[in-house]
Amino acid sequence: MTTPAATPKTHRPTEATPPPRPRALNYSRTTATAARVLRQLGHDPRTIALLLLIPCVMLFLLRYVFDGSPRVFDSIGASLLGIFPLITMFLVTSIATLRERTSGTLERLLAMPLGKGDLIAGYALAFGTLAIIQSALATGLAVWFLDLDVTGSPWLLLLVALLDALLGTALGLFVSAFASSEFQAVQFMPAVIFPQLLLCGLFTARADMHPALEAISDVLPMSYAVDGMNEVLLHTDMTATFIRDVAIVAGCALLVLTLGAATLKRRTR
Amino acid sequence: MMNYSPGKSASPPPDPATSTASTPAPAPATPSAPAIHAENLTVTRGPRTVLRGLDFEVPPGQITGLLGPSGCGKSTLMRSIVGTQDKVTGTLQVLGHPAGAPTLRSRVGYVTQAPSVYDDLSVRQNLDYFAAILAPGRAAADRRHENVARAIADVDLTSHADTLAGNLSGGQRNRVSLAVALLGTPELLVLDEPTVGLDPVLRRDLWDLFHSLATERRATLLISSHVMDEAERCHRLLLMREGEILADDTPEALRTRTHADTVEAAFLHLVDEAAATASPQKERTR
Repeated sequence: MTTPAATPKTHRPTEATPPPRPRALNYSRTTATAARVLRQLGHDPRTIALLLLIPCVMLFLLRYVFDGSPRVFDSIGASLLGIFPLITMFLVTSIATLRERTSGTLERLLAMPLGKGDLIAGYALAFGTLAIIQSALATGLAVWFLDLDVTGSPWLLLLVALLDALLGTALGLFVSAFASSEFQAVQFMPAVIFPQLLLCGLFTARADMHPALEAISDVLPMSYAVDGMNEVLLHTDMTATFIRDVAIVAGCALLVLTLGAATLKRRTR
Repeated sequence: MMNYSPGKSASPPPDPATSTASTPAPAPATPSAPAIHAENLTVTRGPRTVLRGLDFEVPPGQITGLLGPSGCGKSTLMRSIVGTQDKVTGTLQVLGHPAGAPTLRSRVGYVTQAPSVYDDLSVRQNLDYFAAILAPGRAAADRRHENVARAIADVDLTSHADTLAGNLSGGQRNRVSLAVALLGTPELLVLDEPTVGLDPVLRRDLWDLFHSLATERRATLLISSHVMDEAERCHRLLLMREGEILADDTPEALRTRTHADTVEAAFLHLVDEAAATASPQKERTR
């Protein structure tokens, strides 16, 4: 695959490095970062297998747990299609960026001409790609093989799943700044994800909760992720509620990504 | 600032493939501006003052050794120079710019004490990625390829190019980390204890490489070590102790001045001297 290195060319005596231009994002550096993250995962096929298979296995289980009441499976199944990518991407990103922080590679990268935006966008791109594959598999399985009854387009389910994955990536990146070990990072999962899981309307409709909890659930992004999924489940085309849900999830993801960027410091103590 | 070995330095940078050079190579005696210039450089970490008002200069195109016991502030000084240290006060100019200026990020190579590479990537994949950060874009692909091959050859890891960094020995991983710093032909290389844990043969080879970088590629090297016998291989030395610079001279001049046979003895002499004068006074020889 490699081109022979021995190609004598017009020799530049000293390679003049181009002056760095202050830009928000550098396309090449972002894609190089995404490719690097995916390459790291490529050396870890077990993680990839777990990432892709677990949601499918869970949906499969759920389908037969609710064998007698397919309506319940429709509702919970659709919600889970939105929740899986959020949780898995949260876990993977928080560990991956924690490693980057503790191994010294982050310090090295930030001493190089890499923008913080490039790094974060690279991570988002890599895990987003993985999330698309994960969601496509889970959605395909649910809709075609497990008879998940979706009124709207499965593509919209996929869109929400992707945004959820981005939100998970953003949250993982952000909390990794507050963890100094993998033990701590894993504990952020119950701390950040479980409350949202309880309050997102998966177990009971949010309207039936104690008003205080309902108010809290109104400001948690996962509520809108699940809500968006249920909109697709029940309506043929994009409702205003669906668009609101999607906008909120996307907005939260962007906001948290920006907060995550702020935790990447070139100068540390 | 005279060099310890005579002779005129050689020609423009030769073919990147050649990496072997014999020691001790002459350093160019250029009267140009210092590569690093520090005035009253002070760094605090929490309640502790790690560096206390340092004044020094590092000449360009030479190897400057930064020596001192563990915990004396060597790493903090290096982090300040590459711009990753917070709470730095005073003046610190690197290649004519304030330390940490964005324009320096592709001109300064930095190797941390612990190897900072991705354990779950092969040697080549590690270098490919960092090369893509230094020289992004498809247009630079050929140049990147050459740089990566050269850097791997420089640190003698060609036979391990496709091994995962995590499966290498400690010394080998250190060399991967060093190879990353050699990408993109940096003008200043800041190396934090690059020869720790290496066998004598490899240490000699690396020092040969450092000398060839200084003479052939005209790079400035700042190398920290707590192994005093490596000091003899530097053009200049900065001796540090407890956040202060004890001496700043050539190894030869240091030995002569302290009537010592080795740099180690000279260092001990200076430490005793400093301790004798009850109030800690800084000695600077410039």
